[in-house]
Amino acid sequence: MDEKEIQAIRTTTWSAGPGCHGGCGVIAYVKDGRLLKIEGDPSHPWNQGRLCARALAMKQYIEHPKRLRKPLLRKGKRGEGVWEEISWDFAFDFIEERMKKIREESGPESFIFAMGTGRDIGPWISMLAYAYGSPNVMFALSGNACYSPRIAALDTFQGDYCVFDAGQWFEKRYDDPRFVLPQCMIIWGYNIHATCPDNLFGHWIVDMMKRGTKIIVIDPRFTWFSSRAEIWLPVRPGTDSALAMGLLYVILDEGLLDYEFLKEWTNASLLLKKDKDQLLRESDIYPDGKRENFLVWDEEAKRVSVWDTEELCYRPQASKVAISCEISLLDLNGKEIKCHTVWDAFQKRVKEYDPKTVEGITGVPASDTVRAARLYAKSKPASIHWGVPIDMTPNVTPLCHAIACLWALTGNLDVPGGNVIARFAFDCVAYALPGSEGVIKLKTKKQDLLRIGSNRFGPFQKFIWRCQTDSAFEQIFTGKPYPIRGMWIQACNPLAGIGMDPKRWLEAFLRLDFIVGVDLFMTPTLMYADIVLPSATFLEKNGIRSWWVPLQSINKALTIDDCKPDIEINFELAKRFDPEFKWKTVEELFDDILKPSGLTYKELQNKVWVFPPEGHPSHPYFRYKRGLLRKDGKKGFQTPTGRFELYSVLREDWGYEPLPLHEEPPFSPSSQPDLAKEYPLVLSTGRRSPVYFHSEHRMIPHLRILEPDPIVEIHPETAKKYGISDGEWVYVENWMGKAKFRAKVTPIVPKWMVMATHGWWFPERKAEEPELFGVWESNINLLIPMGYNGKDGLGAPIKHLLCKIYRA
Amino acid sequence: MEDKDIYGILIDYEYCTGCYTCVVACAQEYGYEPGVSGMRVMEIVEKLPNEKYYLVYLPFPTEVCTLCIGRVRRGLEPQCVKHCMSRCLDFGPLESLIKKMKEKKRTVLFRPR
Repeated sequence: MDEKEIQAIRTTTWSAGPGCHGGCGVIAYVKDGRLLKIEGDPSHPWNQGRLCARALAMKQYIEHPKRLRKPLLRKGKRGEGVWEEISWDFAFDFIEERMKKIREESGPESFIFAMGTGRDIGPWISMLAYAYGSPNVMFALSGNACYSPRIAALDTFQGDYCVFDAGQWFEKRYDDPRFVLPQCMIIWGYNIHATCPDNLFGHWIVDMMKRGTKIIVIDPRFTWFSSRAEIWLPVRPGTDSALAMGLLYVILDEGLLDYEFLKEWTNASLLLKKDKDQLLRESDIYPDGKRENFLVWDEEAKRVSVWDTEELCYRPQASKVAISCEISLLDLNGKEIKCHTVWDAFQKRVKEYDPKTVEGITGVPASDTVRAARLYAKSKPASIHWGVPIDMTPNVTPLCHAIACLWALTGNLDVPGGNVIARFAFDCVAYALPGSEGVIKLKTKKQDLLRIGSNRFGPFQKFIWRCQTDSAFEQIFTGKPYPIRGMWIQACNPLAGIGMDPKRWLEAFLRLDFIVGVDLFMTPTLMYADIVLPSATFLEKNGIRSWWVPLQSINKALTIDDCKPDIEINFELAKRFDPEFKWKTVEELFDDILKPSGLTYKELQNKVWVFPPEGHPSHPYFRYKRGLLRKDGKKGFQTPTGRFELYSVLREDWGYEPLPLHEEPPFSPSSQPDLAKEYPLVLSTGRRSPVYFHSEHRMIPHLRILEPDPIVEIHPETAKKYGISDGEWVYVENWMGKAKFRAKVTPIVPKWMVMATHGWWFPERKAEEPELFGVWESNINLLIPMGYNGKDGLGAPIKHLLCKIYRA
Repeated sequence: MEDKDIYGILIDYEYCTGCYTCVVACAQEYGYEPGVSGMRVMEIVEKLPNEKYYLVYLPFPTEVCTLCIGRVRRGLEPQCVKHCMSRCLDFGPLESLIKKMKEKKRTVLFRPR
């Protein structure tokens, strides 16, 4: 082999290929347009040369014989699997004609643009939808229950998202003097097996553990993290919010909080009307007062003062603002209003969750809750890493509120080693995350009025740009207030992975006039498409990653004939749907996205990665003190009050509970004791695997061999009770349906629970109905309903249901 | 042969997280068929007294392992060591590995060839 003929191309992992949400630097070794191998890039600060099994199996992914390589037109019935290969020109013309006809007849909103986890393809799906004129970009997961709820929640309570600190903001990482190692870290609903969740490298936690960080693990399963934890809190799934409140109880009861942060940087001092615990507004007691301004009590001057939310100051200037008080004021009609503070109400709420009460709800021993709260609160600094189970409960927003209060009240928000505010690097918005303001958007706000769910749920008006999934799903059946006639399905597999109640998703597909699918492989879902388009892996395209840091380019390494990058597919059609489409080339779009960084795309490609500099709002720390978070440049957070909101103004405005609390999920032994008699085991789902990303990778030989079968984990004593042996095939069943798994008998799971894996289909089986790649055999989503979301349309009961188990 | 001339792999099983990177890294490098690799990972749930457990992932070299001799001669690390996400694999002469072993508990030394 002549070494000189081998190209070494430095690029960034994202989809498609490894899956996940990582941003690992890799070197792709290419010869004659063919991938020889892929290796971790040791010069990249993100992964420092390390790589996961899925990325290392890229060669098998790219060269897989079953990969889609030509556009396909359906010839048979839906689900029959009879296709005709067509050219790209034919495909584009056909799609253009059919979609324009639907738009003309029923309006662009009648076409839904569906995505799975989206990753770097998400913004291009939005770009296409908006060019078509549709506001209905749908993340096809019930309750939008992955990341969006957490992000929307933190936007609501503190104005920005935040993540644990592992020095990822600096090239020198742990050795950078600005970084401080967390003394303690809570790992809430996450297991290292999954590698890289939420745009973070999972093994950074291991790096920090080796350097001395102690961990507290909150997980019903005895995972590797649980095994290495200082304290393990095995919470009953769905009761995390009670546990969070219990931790807050101890911290408040023992005074383990950062009083400076409480007084200076939260809205604790705001006055509430005591009868309803509602905010007292300036407009309530002053004729010319504004509703958006609030009141505090100056206990030295013995008078009320207005908290002006535009100027972010007290009017008149307050000498000593009371954090706790009971006073009476007169409203505009001379009626007496009894008031106390947000802090008074907050403390009263938290007092309902003493450790013994919390033990009764969660199953976590009271003494362990106390120990964990003390360890977390007394450690300086301390951080919390939370995983997707946080989103997968209808009470997600109050849960996020309680957890956010933990890092805020202990003084661990945007501090070195704490929970650091995370923004798009350089404010370059490549990924259309909820509430983001980027270059990709609908032309007019009027177009957004028809977005499904946006007029019904508060967070969808302000922080989430996608439609509410369950509402959109139902609208396919009801046709109200307007019909849904078509669906664009890209990087999305509702039948095998992301759709709860997948048989009903199938019924929904059959109602649609036109479906386009874009993917790298044929899937159970694409079997119902009218046109299927073959897309490209991350090694076959150019792209951008700015989520969170550093800013990175995805550099194309090779081409597979007739497979097009998703962005190029969407770009071509966007131009056809929108005569005024803004960009002429993909590179123009990239340059536009990169404008805030001062770099062109070519410049970024040469660097591969670049960090935002000190002083930039996307670079830490203490930005709330430095005036780097708000658009007006004032100190504080970009919330309605400019402060961390222990009591949420927006939640009150939207008609939801403004303080954190626990509410029992819809299907639990506690909320449904009668149902639990027939289905006595708690069903948890979706424990992650190092070799799979959701429904992906089942066809990759080096990965499939490592975990060949769908697994349900069951405790030895429970297995014995039901006569189940290790390795035996079993059915997991509830009122919704049943699915088949191989039992893994292990004490890792509690006796009262089973953990079933998700995303299972069998690419090696027959594609056509009725087999449909075996998608109906081991699909745990058959046991999970759509339509059980939080009051705000967010969250879903995906990890805490009820079931029974028996031998197959 | 002296300890400084014999090569081995030191494995820190306190920190292996069972990510299978070593298994696939090796298989990719040599183009092995599925199921063949120079590394394997065992999951062990050890029962301790008082209803407690300890979870261990133990990676170990199989009969297929050549210590990546071709790579090593070119000054490169073995594929599994290079890519290990926990950095719990270490390659080198027995002499230096034994020195490291003395400083770190929960380590095991393998000499596959």
